[in-house]
Amino acid sequence: MTASPDPLLRIDNLSKSFGDHQVLKDISLEVRHGEVISVIGASGSGKSTFLRCLNVLERPDQGRLSFENFHFDFRAASVRQPTEAELKALRARIGMVFQSYNLWPHMTVLENVIEAPIRVRRTPRAEAVERAETLLARIGLAEKRDAYPSRLSGGQQQRVAIVRALAMQPRLMLFDEVTSALDPELVGEVLLLMAQLAADGMTMLLVTHEMGFARDVSTRTIFFDAGRIAEDGPPRELLGRPRSERLRQFLSRILHETYAVSPDSEE
Amino acid sequence: MTFSEWLDFFLPYVPGFLQAAWLVLVLTIFIIVVSWICGLVAALARASSVAAFRQAAIFYIWFIRGTPALIQIFIIYFGLPPLGVQLSPFTAGILALGLNSGAYVAEIIRAGLSAIPRGQTESSLALGLSRGQIMRRIILPQVVRIILPAITNEAISTLKNTSLLSTITVVELTLYAQAIIATTFRPFEFYIATAVIYLVLTTLMTNLSGWAERYNARYV
Repeated sequence: MTASPDPLLRIDNLSKSFGDHQVLKDISLEVRHGEVISVIGASGSGKSTFLRCLNVLERPDQGRLSFENFHFDFRAASVRQPTEAELKALRARIGMVFQSYNLWPHMTVLENVIEAPIRVRRTPRAEAVERAETLLARIGLAEKRDAYPSRLSGGQQQRVAIVRALAMQPRLMLFDEVTSALDPELVGEVLLLMAQLAADGMTMLLVTHEMGFARDVSTRTIFFDAGRIAEDGPPRELLGRPRSERLRQFLSRILHETYAVSPDSEE
Repeated sequence: MTFSEWLDFFLPYVPGFLQAAWLVLVLTIFIIVVSWICGLVAALARASSVAAFRQAAIFYIWFIRGTPALIQIFIIYFGLPPLGVQLSPFTAGILALGLNSGAYVAEIIRAGLSAIPRGQTESSLALGLSRGQIMRRIILPQVVRIILPAITNEAISTLKNTSLLSTITVVELTLYAQAIIATTFRPFEFYIATAVIYLVLTTLMTNLSGWAERYNARYV
């Protein structure tokens, strides 16, 4: 883990509305190199939208975003809005994995992994293939390189989706409820891969309902409530001794659904 | 009529029929090319964020689908010369039927586009691909598989519609048959023969598309 004084990602006063409904309210956050931040909260609390604002899949209405040498200002019309080219360049540096994998079904596993490096980073094909094969071998799917996604289990597809994002050599990885669509017995393999990534020092933000994973793997937990960051702190502290009533309620609701919760977070 | 008499009767017309059938094929290929270009442009315009593009596409589709193909052919072949645009029957025919079929192709492509999950675009954007790359590399290849059966139907309609071009002196199968019948007075035999040739051509197209569908289903 590389500790560096400058944050990798900095968000200031971010807001986002859909129509009349304000989903994100004045959010500020600093993410340091190597941090693994779990983002928890009830559905509709804005955590997914927040994640999607970080690579501008959703364009914030207000606020500023700094990542590496990108400095975007989303405040009203007077300031220069980020161009499509700048957004592309930002996204090429930030990996994102989705709940529904979203592999490209008409491409083989290998083609899925090499597409963006070749098209976006202009990596020579041979090099992209070599790197893809190394990554696929690492997750034990080397022999699936020529298979189409439809032939893979959900867990395998999601791991390929993670590798597809990693092939771009991102500096930050965003995970949006990546195990929520999986059969319970396939959740473990995906979480294991994410834990390995975290151990390798990857900076990660993950929206998750896996409280056990949040507690054991993340270095920091953020609790979203009604579009704001209501709590922010070390996972064991946050999950073990929730300060706010809202977090207590949220955790107790989660507790009734899952067994994978911390033993010291009793109600 | 014995078989040899029957053969003697038909044989002189065989080269002419083959030539006319060939022309039908050539016309169909050109028309399909024009219609796919028009259809793709109109479908993308229809999905565009620019209102003027959307309106233009809606108008085009509305006009084409709401008027007979024959009238569209007449507008282009007979209607344009007074405005200074004089096209050969062959060119006018391709243009008219290409524009005609394009409107239907546009609607087919639109349906195909809407069948692709949003997540496909989002995951592509998240990797830094451009809008153009996403359309070319990710979305359209999947759309092609979905729309293949519908697009085949449309291509077969197009082939059959070339018979309308007999009205503007394109000597394709239908006009050729009419010409022979005018001298032989044997409408039954020659229209049946013409129908058989159309059947052969459309069957060929169906088989071709069946092969394409199987190829495209490899990843399903």
